[in-house]
Amino acid sequence: MNLTESSTAFSFLSVLVFAPLVAAAIALVLRDERRVRQWTLLATAAIGVFSLFLLRGFEASTAEFQFVEHREWIPHLGMYYTLGIDGISLLLVLLTTLITPFCVIASWTVVKLRSKEFMICLLIMQTAMTGVFTALDFVLFFIFWEAMLIPMSILIGVWGGPGRVYAAIKFFIYTMAGSVLLIVAIIALRLETGTFSIPALMDQPYDRSFQLWIFGAFFISFAIKVPMFPFHTWLPAAHVEAPTAGSVLLASILLKMGAYGFLRFCLPITPLATIHFAPAILWLSVAAILYGGLTALAQSDLKKIVAYSSVAHMGFATLGIFLLVHHGTIGGALVMINHGVTTGALFIAVGIVYERVHSRDLARAAGLGRQMPIFAFFLGIFCLSSLAFPGTNTFIGEFLVLAGAFETSLILALAIVPGIIVAAAYNLRILQRVAYGGTKNPDHSGVADLGTREILLLTPFLVFILWIGLQPGPFIGLMEASIQNILDIVARSSGALNP
Amino acid sequence: MLELLWLIPALPFAGFLVLVLAGNLPRAAAAVVGCASVGLSMLVALGICIQFVNSPPPGDAFTQSIWNWFETAGLSAGVAFHLDALSMVMVMVITGVGFLIHLYSTEYMEDDPGFQRFFAYLNLFVGAMLVLVLADNLVLLLLGWEGVGLCSYLLIGFWYRDSANGRAARKAFVVTRVGDTALLLGLFLLFAELGTLHIQDLLGRASEQWEPGSGVALAAALLLLGGAVGKSAQLPLQTWLPDAMAGPTPVSALIHAATMVTAGVYLIARTNALFELAPAAMLTVAIVGAVTLLAAGFAALVQSDIKRVLAYSTISQLGYMFLALGVGAWSAALFHFMTHALFKALLFLAAGALILSLHHEQNLFRMGGLRKKLPVIFWTFLIGSISLAALPLIGSGFYSKEKILWDVWISPHGGPALWAAGMAGAAITALYTFRMVFLAFFGELRTDVSHRPRGRVAFVLIVLAVLSTIGGGVELPHTFGHVTFFSDFVGTAIETQVALPPGLDAVLWALLAMASLLVVLGTLAAWYLYVKAPGIPERLASSPAGSALHRLWFSGWGFDRVYEALIVIPFRTAARINRRDAIDFIYLATAGLTRALHVVLSETQTGRLRWYALVLTTGTLALILIAFIR
Repeated sequence: MNLTESSTAFSFLSVLVFAPLVAAAIALVLRDERRVRQWTLLATAAIGVFSLFLLRGFEASTAEFQFVEHREWIPHLGMYYTLGIDGISLLLVLLTTLITPFCVIASWTVVKLRSKEFMICLLIMQTAMTGVFTALDFVLFFIFWEAMLIPMSILIGVWGGPGRVYAAIKFFIYTMAGSVLLIVAIIALRLETGTFSIPALMDQPYDRSFQLWIFGAFFISFAIKVPMFPFHTWLPAAHVEAPTAGSVLLASILLKMGAYGFLRFCLPITPLATIHFAPAILWLSVAAILYGGLTALAQSDLKKIVAYSSVAHMGFATLGIFLLVHHGTIGGALVMINHGVTTGALFIAVGIVYERVHSRDLARAAGLGRQMPIFAFFLGIFCLSSLAFPGTNTFIGEFLVLAGAFETSLILALAIVPGIIVAAAYNLRILQRVAYGGTKNPDHSGVADLGTREILLLTPFLVFILWIGLQPGPFIGLMEASIQNILDIVARSSGALNP
Repeated sequence: MLELLWLIPALPFAGFLVLVLAGNLPRAAAAVVGCASVGLSMLVALGICIQFVNSPPPGDAFTQSIWNWFETAGLSAGVAFHLDALSMVMVMVITGVGFLIHLYSTEYMEDDPGFQRFFAYLNLFVGAMLVLVLADNLVLLLLGWEGVGLCSYLLIGFWYRDSANGRAARKAFVVTRVGDTALLLGLFLLFAELGTLHIQDLLGRASEQWEPGSGVALAAALLLLGGAVGKSAQLPLQTWLPDAMAGPTPVSALIHAATMVTAGVYLIARTNALFELAPAAMLTVAIVGAVTLLAAGFAALVQSDIKRVLAYSTISQLGYMFLALGVGAWSAALFHFMTHALFKALLFLAAGALILSLHHEQNLFRMGGLRKKLPVIFWTFLIGSISLAALPLIGSGFYSKEKILWDVWISPHGGPALWAAGMAGAAITALYTFRMVFLAFFGELRTDVSHRPRGRVAFVLIVLAVLSTIGGGVELPHTFGHVTFFSDFVGTAIETQVALPPGLDAVLWALLAMASLLVVLGTLAAWYLYVKAPGIPERLASSPAGSALHRLWFSGWGFDRVYEALIVIPFRTAARINRRDAIDFIYLATAGLTRALHVVLSETQTGRLRWYALVLTTGTLALILIAFIR
């Protein structure tokens, strides 16, 4: 793949990546905290709208990287400043740019202490997240990857709940452990091929045993990020303590980076190892679906329920990706997007509950829906989406994954069944308790239903849940060519092995 | 007119959207929106039905595609409707009975604070049910299938102030989801094997590609049966339906008697070509039906709550439909579906009016003697009961049940054993039905009547009573009358029918006579036990064997307790034990170990020179020693 040719005059992606950082610098000099909030919202919203123009120039029929920028950076070390997107990264970039303004709105009144620093953290996060999804140079990727860690830990550790320091440290150490392996793999690849360029690395044939080692390092690093069972235990801790905006970013964007890593690096760079390890990973994914669901069922903290349900949903994503068949991998990628929308919405909903009753305990929140019918309506749709009700986004993703699983292995498909039933049980448990409650509800008189700000906050999530659920064609169409290309690479490599 | 097909499901959905989005409407407006949407849908359906019967479209089916839902690498599903005789019958019953029940509810629910919410859910239900029966592919069918399940959930738990209702609702959703998952797996199996989810293509390809009796056909049919068993409350997934009676009575009538619970019957009838490729699956359907109709019949005999009697009776009557499906008597199953929808809706609505008249009293043993006080309810309930019990000649239930029993006898898939189960069930049905009638309306007056049904409730009851009396006229037995309008019509959609061999008239007369005799005997037994000598049932129930049997039947054969012990409790316990997430202990232990090592190692940093010198010397000596030994 020749990157220099397609460099465009206008650095669209660079603007997208660094605009939040510039906005953060401007926020730094603003005095009034109110002004900072308004400015952050304005900036993130403008970036969100701006990012939509990607769709106009994007050619969905090709798997080539687009909007490519290729500049010299540290040439004598072989590092280049290379950005570009394909169908997989496009949707994730849009998810990032579109979710961030809602994180700002969700934190509007909740974050009272040091709200200026909070907003600056959010903006730095956005730069790092967009960078991760657009970097095509491995060192550049790694820098963005690591850069995300610090503002996220600060978000949890400063604005989090009572156990925030513990959660922040746990998150940090877990992720660092993965990052160490990632940098080792990057260096090993550089020593083998002499390049950090991700597209160039995809084209190389590697020795099988080399692939197995590289894959192993990649896998642990990304599996922690997803998080896959059994690397998931940082997630509930981080979610429970993080402020609403932090939880939303974690669930909607950060978890996607692990799965993105699988799609971008593991499958195309180490295809033989992918085929070798896929069966084991499939069963780990099934374990995540069952374990996450079952553990979610036993929790009474609303955020923990949603956190463990995330483990189960991401199990569907990794399951789909490693099925290595068209429907499965497309489904897996769609589950990533869906999970970003649905779980983000659920965390915002939990945040709304917390603002009202100052607790996330299911018993304390019981029967809120009687005072808050509009909220109950939104929560109902979000829970239905989470349990993969037909007509919602999650249904399409999980449906495709299941179709792929069925084409691959009957036993695998059957093993997921209890997970589907449990998903109904724990989501209905939330819905039933919060929306209706029972005879012994706590007193919620005086609790107000959603205000305009909150309705505006939740409506876009509702729209996307139904849009992807009823008309997923455009979303699938954007990714299809890129995913098929990756699957072709995997298929070719296994074909080269056994001609 | 056929082009208006999409309006049939769209109108109730529109009603739902108006009721949800319009904010607080006045009661009258909510009632008008709720009823008119379904009423208009019924009128459109009626127009289409008349055109469909008078000038059938080519191929006796009409397909209308609305939009392409999703499509990727061969896996595609559209929002497209397929209308043939089978779906036409379903549509007419759903919109017709649905409209009457909406109308009834405007009076029944008038004092309820959730009036508008009730009609919103009810409209949503009708829309989803129509999508289910009109879907031309299995994914859209699944959308309707889950949609009606959701509405059922919302409406069972409608009176949410009592948490028992919430539990019943959740139980219904989760238990039927077990079946739904089987359906989902069946869908994937069919797609993996046949490469399409379009129902007509799929059935065609299955007939071409699969040998009769092949394993894959059997697996697919059994998985679909799993879905049908869950939705239609057949053994072993029947446990949710009696608890579902927690919902308001119009809901029980519409969802848990007339329409949603027949979705399983519809599914099997719709995929009949697939079942015919798997004789073992057909036999399973028949056996499930036969066992269910008997088991639920016995359970109905001892219930004290009038709604639970009707619930078990619904399970039992659905068992008859499954029995008919299992022997390939497709049109008989649909005929019984239609008559059952009419008379069971009537019975539920009459029971609802009765319950409302008695300060929400549902216990049969606290009723009695209400014949004179509540004449409209009494007469309509009696007419419904006559149909349910299949008393000879009067009432539509007689004709549909007789047709099933005949077909079971004649069909090559049937046989005397299945027929005998159906016959025994007929006697039990008569017994429990008239037990209900005699306990509620005869004997001494035990309660005071607070309230009498007014215009709309009475009107709906009378209309349904008339319909469930004359509804059997669309199909009369070969031996008298010989009207085959209904089976001819259904035959345009499902070609294979149970053929009537010539020269069997005498046998058929004999079967008819025997069945009628059993039903009359059952009715007389009910009269004897509950009017003439009411001491006998009590004595029977207090004998040791009798009381054990009573308890077993009363609890619906103890299924709930078995499931509780085998599935629910182990599941909950496992979840509770792992509440703290056992995996995390690995990481906590790692952290703990690190900290412990830190403590131990920092102990060595004492700052005392003598100690350092000692360690240094010992270490050196140890190294030298190791070097020597090696």
